Amino acid sequence: MSARAVLTACALASVLATVTSAHADVAVWHAYRGAEERALVELAGRYEAERGVHVDLLAIPFEAYTSKLAAAVPHAHGPDVFIEAHERLGVYLASGLVAPVGDAFPDVDVTRYDATAVRAVTIDGVRFAVPLANKCLALYVNDALVPESPSSIDALAKRAPTFPPGTYALAYEAQSAYFHAPFLHAFGGAMLTDDGRFAFASAESARSLAFVRDLARSSAVPEEPSGDLVTKLFASGHAAAVISGPWLSSELGEALKYRIEPLPDAGAGGGRMRPFLTVEGAFTTPTGATRDEARAFARWLGGDASAVVRATVGQQVVANVAAWSDPRVAANAHLRAFHEAAANALPMPTSTRMRAAWEPANKAIQKVLRGDAEPADAVLEAQHRFDDATRPPPAPASPTPALLILGALLTALAFFGVKRARAPGFGAELRASVPAYKYVVHAAVAVVALVILPLTAGALTSFFAGPRDAPRYVGVENYVAILTARGGDLLGHGSFYVTLLVTVLWTVTNVTLHVALGLTLGIALSRPLLRLKTVYRVLLIIPWAVPSYVTALAWKGMFHRQFGAINAVLKALGAEPVSWFSHFSTAFAANVATNVWLGFPFMMVVTLGALTSISKEVLEAAEVDGATRFQRFRLVTLPLVMPALLPSVVLGAVWTFNMFNVVYLVSGGEPDGATDILVSEAYRWAFTRDAQYGYAAAYAVLIFGLLALGTRLTGRLTRKDAALA
Amino acid sequence: MSAPSSTRSRSRTGAEIAESVAVHTALLLAVAFALYPVLWVVTLALTSGGLGGQAGSAILPFPTSPSLDNFRIVLGGGGGGSRAWLFWQQVGNSLVVSLATAFVAVAIATPAAYAIARFRFIGSRAGMRTLLATQMFPAVASAVPLYLLLDALHLLDSRAGLVFVYASTAVPFAIFQLRGAFVTIPIDIEEAAMVDGATRTQAFVRVVLPAARPAIAVTALFAFMSAWNEFILAATLLSRETAFTLPVVLQRYVGEHDAAWGPFAAGAIVVSVPVMALFYIAQRQLISGLTAGGVKG
Repeated sequence: MSARAVLTACALASVLATVTSAHADVAVWHAYRGAEERALVELAGRYEAERGVHVDLLAIPFEAYTSKLAAAVPHAHGPDVFIEAHERLGVYLASGLVAPVGDAFPDVDVTRYDATAVRAVTIDGVRFAVPLANKCLALYVNDALVPESPSSIDALAKRAPTFPPGTYALAYEAQSAYFHAPFLHAFGGAMLTDDGRFAFASAESARSLAFVRDLARSSAVPEEPSGDLVTKLFASGHAAAVISGPWLSSELGEALKYRIEPLPDAGAGGGRMRPFLTVEGAFTTPTGATRDEARAFARWLGGDASAVVRATVGQQVVANVAAWSDPRVAANAHLRAFHEAAANALPMPTSTRMRAAWEPANKAIQKVLRGDAEPADAVLEAQHRFDDATRPPPAPASPTPALLILGALLTALAFFGVKRARAPGFGAELRASVPAYKYVVHAAVAVVALVILPLTAGALTSFFAGPRDAPRYVGVENYVAILTARGGDLLGHGSFYVTLLVTVLWTVTNVTLHVALGLTLGIALSRPLLRLKTVYRVLLIIPWAVPSYVTALAWKGMFHRQFGAINAVLKALGAEPVSWFSHFSTAFAANVATNVWLGFPFMMVVTLGALTSISKEVLEAAEVDGATRFQRFRLVTLPLVMPALLPSVVLGAVWTFNMFNVVYLVSGGEPDGATDILVSEAYRWAFTRDAQYGYAAAYAVLIFGLLALGTRLTGRLTRKDAALA
Repeated sequence: MSAPSSTRSRSRTGAEIAESVAVHTALLLAVAFALYPVLWVVTLALTSGGLGGQAGSAILPFPTSPSLDNFRIVLGGGGGGSRAWLFWQQVGNSLVVSLATAFVAVAIATPAAYAIARFRFIGSRAGMRTLLATQMFPAVASAVPLYLLLDALHLLDSRAGLVFVYASTAVPFAIFQLRGAFVTIPIDIEEAAMVDGATRTQAFVRVVLPAARPAIAVTALFAFMSAWNEFILAATLLSRETAFTLPVVLQRYVGEHDAAWGPFAAGAIVVSVPVMALFYIAQRQLISGLTAGGVKG
């Protein structure tokens, strides 16, 4: 059997292995969708017709874009050219993913592009991309509701009472720092100083927060506005104006009459609102930069003819100057408005520090909007968060103690190994074991190579800190920092211990409900005479079958304060609507509801499988003996299904402990990180807080240790299944 | 769940009817709970051309002007002609990768689980502990090491490489699940077969495997699902559009600033249909173990 399995696997592999395609002339990666993608495809076709060079386009989901570049480029599997926003340049430069574009952007081309766009792609006089398009926020105005241009946001908000009921004066993603930035700039604040220090903690910033809080209090703007909700409100005429980017117009139908204007003044003491400017450019990878064809294509892509196609087909606000004198481009009022808005926008800093600045700013904004903190206190807290995330890496440690410990461990291991081997009966035991090894060897090889090795490599990074290209060994400093709450309050907000408590509560609640629901439904569905059994079974696994990414967001929408279905039900029942994500208990309940919904079908299916191991005769014998239904369940069914169910329960608990998606997608840690679990903390350190991979890995190792300890303890306590403990 | 029917001597049929009603009520409630959030996804999928008219809270989701445009967009691969062919190719990729994952994971795990359940051998307990331990480690940073490994094996950008990664990650669960099932299968039945002259392997293949069919079905379904919905590794390891799996294609509808929720929801529904069909077929395996078990009773 095992030999046959290996053979089949090999045969399968050879069938599946595909011959890598012939080397394309220029490989280009992008994350464009819709019209922008169509324009790029058209241009690639034109380029091939004109120059005879094939352009191999690959569209990658935005969510995987950066991680794919980071994995592929250093190993020379990346593209020659990739299209990306300029603000990630600092990060890419630090990880060696980009190289100067060289003659794709020669000095003679400087006047071809907007001056701000040129500045955005230039670091220390070196140009790293050919500027393609500008993206920034502007004001979409509903023509019917607001015929004349509003002089300021404040003036617009004051007009709220004149709009029909249920219509907001303004909608924008108020909880996001990117959308708050224009307000911040209007009051003279900034996210970062020019030399990369955090500038959000300022009196100006506090004033901008007070301004948006007043907007929210006057009900001029909706609560908890997601991008989706903003689109809905504007598209349905329930928002007089919205702040959004060029991407919104593709979502709006023909029926709605609207115009786009650069952002006005904030009013009430605030000056001109200046959004952040993102410049999309064609970057060259280190390999691409050495190839003439790649640089020639990048230059051509930024050129006049290409820009006209990108503007007319792709609806891009092109950074090319000449394209704007083309009548087809100049006639497009929406594009012109964004062109004008871009001229007034502030290029997003390219500093890697920016990565660590968003989260503290977001939290401060959300806290003020919820009314949980005064603006002045919130910005100070943001400063603490930023300092915490960007604290200098610990001093390098000498690897000697670790090597000594490793040596001692290996010696001890060898000692026990030898002792074991020399123990009486070992030879016989080993010989008796040989037949078993035939059955396990391929599983062992597969798991060690593809599961254990990568995990170990990940775990080892927990002893390192500093930038990715030059990590340095710091010993157990990362662990010390986590366990001492980085010198802060041990039981304070977001400390390891508080998060651990939340995680344990999260795991216990979820697993209990999963098992209770799964077992009940599994037993109900295995009743022999039940009608419609197959229909029920198929309908009940739907939560498992539909991709959780979209259903988790549906759940989040159901918990919306103003527009959610759950509050609608509560209102219909005469109860007060609940602001689900403002309190720990309700936000936690929302997460649990979503996760129970996602997880119960799995337990149900496992129960169905496990129940088949009980023969009907045993149950009938118990019934004949006069056992009640509950007795039969407790004394016969449960003990018999438990051995088959227990692995899934234990693994379910382990998975729930590390269930990152639901927390991330539903509550997002709200309020103020209180519903974050340990693993979401680890992800935040790795991906949103200055890319501290070592620190995140230390979190992961601690989670691992806790789980190992936890399962060991429960194994000891229950003694149900020795091999599990 | 069960009806409160302790006096069940004379009015047996009456109590049974009451119980049946109670069970159906409970199941219908569970179905409502399972379907309600999905109805929002369906509504989204049936609403085309932006989200106009959907503002305001509703208790029962219903598309104001249902249309199949989003499904057309998804099934057409975001364009006509060759793009539509591409979409079906990607459906094929997903099916091949997920079925192969299920097959390989079960093929690797079954003998190992059997050995752990039936033999005493050096390292079996340590092995089980290690397997459980692999599930405890959150994979924050294992994508890059995996990438290096597949690169070294020349399996990068191939569906085979993806299958081996998926199958290996599914193996620990598979071993646990199958070992649990093998333990509950009475050892008498294979001993009887061996007395009749079968070798250990023959007894395992002809007697034990059929009896473990329900657990194998659950395990295969689990491995299939884990491959069917996985997106980040597929997007990282595959670099040709013709090799992409469905989750990668679906995720393309989500951009940095905005998402095309209509096509995304339609795609999510399209993606879940094969799973339900598969489950419909597999559930017969789930209940068939009852008779195959044989000896016990």
